Amino acid sequence: MKQVLLIDDEPLARMVVLEYLQDYKDQIQVLQECGDGFEGMKAIMQSQPDLIFLDVQMPKINGFEMLELLEQPPAVIFTTAFDEFAIKAFEAHAIDYLLKPFSKERFKKAVDKYLAQSGTPVQQQKQTESLLEEVATQSPVQHDRIVVKTGTKVKIIPVHDVLYLEADDDYVSVHTAEGSFLKNKTMSFFEKVLDVRQFVRVHRSYIVAIDQITRIDPYEKDSHIAILKSGAKIPVSKSGYVKLKQVLGI
Amino acid sequence: MSAPVSTFVNLRWGFVACGAIWTALQLYLIHSYGFDWYIAITDSCVSTIALAGACWLIDNTLRFYQPSKSSYLNLLIWCGLLAGICLAISRFALPAMIKDGEYFVFVIKSLIIRYFTNFMAIGWMAMISLVWYAQQDNKENEKRKAEAEKLAKEAELYTLRQQLQPHFLFNSLNSINALIGFKPEEARKMIHQLSDFLRGTLKKDDQQQVTLNEELAHLQLYLDIEKVRFGHRLQTEISCDEQCRTAVMPPLLLQPVVENAIKFGLYDTIGDVVVSLRGEVDEGYLVIIVQNPYDPQTAKPRKGTGFGLSGMQRRLYLIYTRNDLVETYVNDNIFTTIIKIPQP
Repeated sequence: MKQVLLIDDEPLARMVVLEYLQDYKDQIQVLQECGDGFEGMKAIMQSQPDLIFLDVQMPKINGFEMLELLEQPPAVIFTTAFDEFAIKAFEAHAIDYLLKPFSKERFKKAVDKYLAQSGTPVQQQKQTESLLEEVATQSPVQHDRIVVKTGTKVKIIPVHDVLYLEADDDYVSVHTAEGSFLKNKTMSFFEKVLDVRQFVRVHRSYIVAIDQITRIDPYEKDSHIAILKSGAKIPVSKSGYVKLKQVLGI
Repeated sequence: MSAPVSTFVNLRWGFVACGAIWTALQLYLIHSYGFDWYIAITDSCVSTIALAGACWLIDNTLRFYQPSKSSYLNLLIWCGLLAGICLAISRFALPAMIKDGEYFVFVIKSLIIRYFTNFMAIGWMAMISLVWYAQQDNKENEKRKAEAEKLAKEAELYTLRQQLQPHFLFNSLNSINALIGFKPEEARKMIHQLSDFLRGTLKKDDQQQVTLNEELAHLQLYLDIEKVRFGHRLQTEISCDEQCRTAVMPPLLLQPVVENAIKFGLYDTIGDVVVSLRGEVDEGYLVIIVQNPYDPQTAKPRKGTGFGLSGMQRRLYLIYTRNDLVETYVNDNIFTTIIKIPQP
């Protein structure tokens, strides 16, 4: 018996999936329906479903942002109405998606495909990861905020609230005026997605918001130190200094 | 070259008048040297006709061919050459027509001054033609540019109106798909609402203004559909008095704004959402105030620049060339959009 969650903000849209799933009563059990990304994330962490039906456009955080927050995302069948960009990403990563409104035949094809290959969750997880990577780096709309998890809570950080980013083992620590938050992404990922007019990678382990810098002092030979408005001192490497000078026009 | 005919006619008469004045002056001049009227008339007519021919030639050439700056020297040489031809006509035709020794000496003596007056007259003609036709060309270009801009503007307005449709449309179809299964009557009703709504968006022309009443009727169709999609979570309050119901505005302006309000409200808060719309007429403006709840914690950081709002702002700019017609405020978790529409 596979356990399934439905995550969609429109009750009628969930109803269609429920109705279509009637034919799989013996194989699939619907655990819960969720109306937004928060609820969805909580439910996934509690019940560890095998499969989720996930809408992309949802309240609070969208489907992609929700997946980003999960350590081990379940298998996903996306349901979306119209999002050219997302469709391209789905196709590139061979993840199944249903375009609303979808027929029962199309729905069955997706579910049967899942049931047939459900023996290889590792591969599915990899597909999901590369999908999220592409969505995050290519999507024109998602770069104005960073979604992080603190305990069981979700925090949405507008990009202009970020003071600086610091590498922290496999994570990146996002520093804001309210404190710092861990995000399981790499420095090079952030270097790629953040606006180059707002952020500079001044060091292997640091990316700084340009408008936060108040002073740059020399420090030892060949290296500098940037002092932020918050008082934080950020090491600046030799190549980082060159980049910084370029952006600041000095 | 499609300059109005009247300007050409005026130009032609001007040309003839100039020729007449020129002839009269020359006539007086030659007569004042002591030659009789017959000689004076023949001389002035022949040389003026030759000169007019040269002027006509240069004007006609410049009408169809605008020389580049580097070939102005060529033009000068042409003027010199034409002046020379005119002079030759005077030099050989006049003595042949008037057998008078004293007059022949006068013609030979005056050759140099005749040459320079000819040259100057032709030069002037060339300059006037050059400026005139360049200006005509400019006017033409500007007209073409204005037309192109108008077309681009219309196309942009069209896309601004269309941009929001697909997502709404497909989600609505999906809701209908769900209703068909267990509430076929409601499904049928929703199909009618959706059809009416789509018909309304298709037939509207941007140049034609509609009354607030018509706009609200259209908006109601949209809201009814959204209420089916989101169920009881969405509530709307619309209030305006009789006076502002007849105020006019560009069509389909409110739907993106309300869509934006619903998105902010529904997408960024959990629980019931009340979107309110209020209209009033104030000092020659129709003022429309749209309010929705929103959560500052999760709303996208750049407040109020969702597509709905920036698209509307752009539309108002294209129609009224003013950027100050939309304002947004945030307080106590309420997001307010104020739209001012100038009344004719």
